[in-house]
Parts: sequence; C-alpha cells; structure tokens
Amino acid sequence: MSTGSCNNCDIEILDCLTPRFDIERFGMILAGSIKHADILLVTGSGNRKSMERVKRIYEQMPKPALVVAVGECAMSRGMFIHSYNCPVPIDKIMPVDIYIPGCPPKPEAIIAGIVKLIEKVKKQKS
Amino acid sequence: MIYLFYLIVYGFLFTATAGLIASWIDRKVTARVQYRVGPPFFQPFIDIVKLMGKETLVPEAASRFTFLAAPLMGITGVMVASAILCVNDVHTGSGFVGDVIVAVYLFTVPSLSIIMGGFASRNPLATLGASREMKLILSYELPFILAILVAVIKSGFSVTLGGILDFQAQNGFIAGSLSGFLAFLAGILCVQAKLGLVPFDIAEAETEITSGPLIEYSGVTLGMYKLMKNMLLFVLPFFLIILFLGGLRFDGIQILYSALKYAGILVVITVIRNTNPRLRIDQAVRFFWGPVTIISIIAVVLAFLGL
Repeated sequence: MSTGSCNNCDIEILDCLTPRFDIERFGMILAGSIKHADILLVTGSGNRKSMERVKRIYEQMPKPALVVAVGECAMSRGMFIHSYNCPVPIDKIMPVDIYIPGCPPKPEAIIAGIVKLIEKVKKQKS
Repeated sequence: MIYLFYLIVYGFLFTATAGLIASWIDRKVTARVQYRVGPPFFQPFIDIVKLMGKETLVPEAASRFTFLAAPLMGITGVMVASAILCVNDVHTGSGFVGDVIVAVYLFTVPSLSIIMGGFASRNPLATLGASREMKLILSYELPFILAILVAVIKSGFSVTLGGILDFQAQNGFIAGSLSGFLAFLAGILCVQAKLGLVPFDIAEAETEITSGPLIEYSGVTLGMYKLMKNMLLFVLPFFLIILFLGGLRFDGIQILYSALKYAGILVVITVIRNTNPRLRIDQAVRFFWGPVTIISIIAVVLAFLGL
C-alpha cells in the first residue's frame, strides 16, 4: 500500500519477489486482495488523501494481521516531516509491528526485517 | 457406517493430505522452473491452519447464507467424488453401476460452488470472475465427457470405474492405444481448465480481477476454498489415472510406482502452467470447442474402430 511514496520502496518490494531474492523461501507470496493478506506493507509518508484509504484497507484486513512500515517516509515521514500534507506518521493511525529503515531499503533489508517479524510472532505465541 | 468411514478417511483425510503435498510439489516445481528455491515442505499445511484461525468477513451487501454455504458445498462435492474414486481403486468391485457418470457430475460441483460464492458476494470483480467460470465450464465439459467416453468404449461399454480398472489390469493401459492417448491428451487439457491453472485461470486472474470469485472470502471460508482446490489437484489427475493409466495401487512396492505415475501427471500440469500465458475467455472457448473437441471426437471414432 503506497501512501504517497516516490515509488522507489514499492519497486524494492517487488524485487523481493524476483528469483534473486525469492521470499517464497519463507512461505510468503503476493496476495491479490487485502482479504487474503496477513501483512500490510505501507510505504510513503502518509498524506491526507491516502490516509483515509489506508485506514479503510486496514479495517478490511482479516485480523490477526500485521503491518510493516517500509522505508524512511513510512517510519518518520522522512523529508516530508514539516509538510502541510503529512500531519501524522503512520504509526499514529494504526499499530505498526515492524519498521524497515532505508531510502529505499534494500531487498535484503526488507527480507531481514520480515524474518525478524516472523521470529517476533513466534515468540509472542510461546 | 462403513460409508461414513470411507467418506472421512478416504474422502477427506487421505485426499487432503495428498492434495496439500501435491500443492507443495506444484509450488516447488514452479519455483525451480523460475530458478527460485521455493517454499518449505510444510508450507501448504501451515497456510491452511493459519487461515482457519483468521477472521471471516462477510460483505454487508452479500447474501449471507449462500456466501457462507458455497465453500461447504464445494468441499463436500470433492469429498464425495474422491471417496468414490478411492473406494473403487482400493477395494475393487465395491462400486455401483454408473459411478463414472456420478463422478463426472460431482467434479462440476466445485466449479458451481465457486460461481455461487462469486455471485453471492456481490462484488463486481467477483461477478465478472463467476461469469467467466460459467463460460469456462461450458467450454471444457464437452471434450472432457468425450475423453471419458473413450475409456468407457475401450473397456467394452462398462460405466463403472471398477470395470475400467479390470479391463486395464488384463489388457494394459488405455493410454497405450492411439485413441486412448489422444483422449488422455484432451483429458489433461480439460483437467488444467477444471483446476483453474494458468493458461485457463481466466476466472480468477490474479493480476486483472484479483482472484475473481474468491475476492471477498477470508479466514475459514477462504481456507476451505484453498483446501478444495488442493484436493482437486489430487483428485482430478487421480481420475485420469484410473481412466487411462490403470489406477493407483497401495500395496508393497506398487506404492512407489503409483506415486511416480501421479507425480508424472502433476509435473506435466505444472510445466504447462509455467510455460503458457493466460488466455482470454473467448480464446479459451475457441480452443476447447475447436482443437480439443476435434481431438476427442477423433479419439472416440478411433475407439469405435478398435484402435
């Protein structure tokens, strides 16, 4: 889900699906619809227009579900922190389980973050 | 009581396990074709268990009862069909007259359930997908029935699965003859469409109508649909094996040979799926009513001539 990102993080996320990085090794696949998904990847600084849509998408996601903030903008609004158009960061809108820094984060960083998230979920269970 | 046992053990437990393993093989082969590593072995099992623990959302505008009953109907259809096939295959001679016809009817139930669920969810994309699925059923049903007819003619007009198996135990595989081979080819293509795999995954095209009829499903209902598809991935090739390749046997060393037969068909299906782009619905209908039906008709004529 892109909330006004510059599209670079989205391209890095797509890279994770390519044969070189192959996140299906960890059993993850791209879901066609949010109702089939477990993890919502949010990129971008979260501008006023897209925030309503993000909220709606988050509410449509069947729980239990996780949210991952990918990239500097989704973490802290990055260079748009003083912008009139980005009043609040994403983690004020919905619970974010893990943050992946970088502008854009490398596919390796995304994979490392998601694997840490899997370990975190496993620890919560036990 | 014994029928209930057959239904639960053969129809559900055996088929679900085999289907989930088959879906792992499918995903792994797909990954290797694309130079990837692929998922770990227990991934399909984990996926189903995970979906059972998730929230089930029902859209406000949907027809609630139909929406929730559709996956149940589909999975029941597959269970009954696989129970009939397994009982015939394992305990020979316990079938009934016309069980081939019953099995053919039962194999349309999953598709019907997808159509029902798609229309009940009242989502425009789901409706589009359901209507495509209807057209797809119309297109592949004719060549599929003609292909089955070849096996029936070959085995001296026996409409029982047991009769077809007995004939093959004495005279060799039906797929070994010319007409049988042509019918087997047509059968594999129809199975591909019945499974909704790539050249014919028009109904649930992930990239254009985002899983079509299944778009509104989540949690347990989606898990049931996934399980149904994985069970079909085992049952439909199994049906082809019974008709054309002499069935599966589970005693002693034969089990290895059976697994090899099944895995062979599965890999063929997976390779077809990975080397073809998605067709449009009109192209698919033209393909099935044109070349595939002609091949099946030639096979039927050859079978009548005794080739």
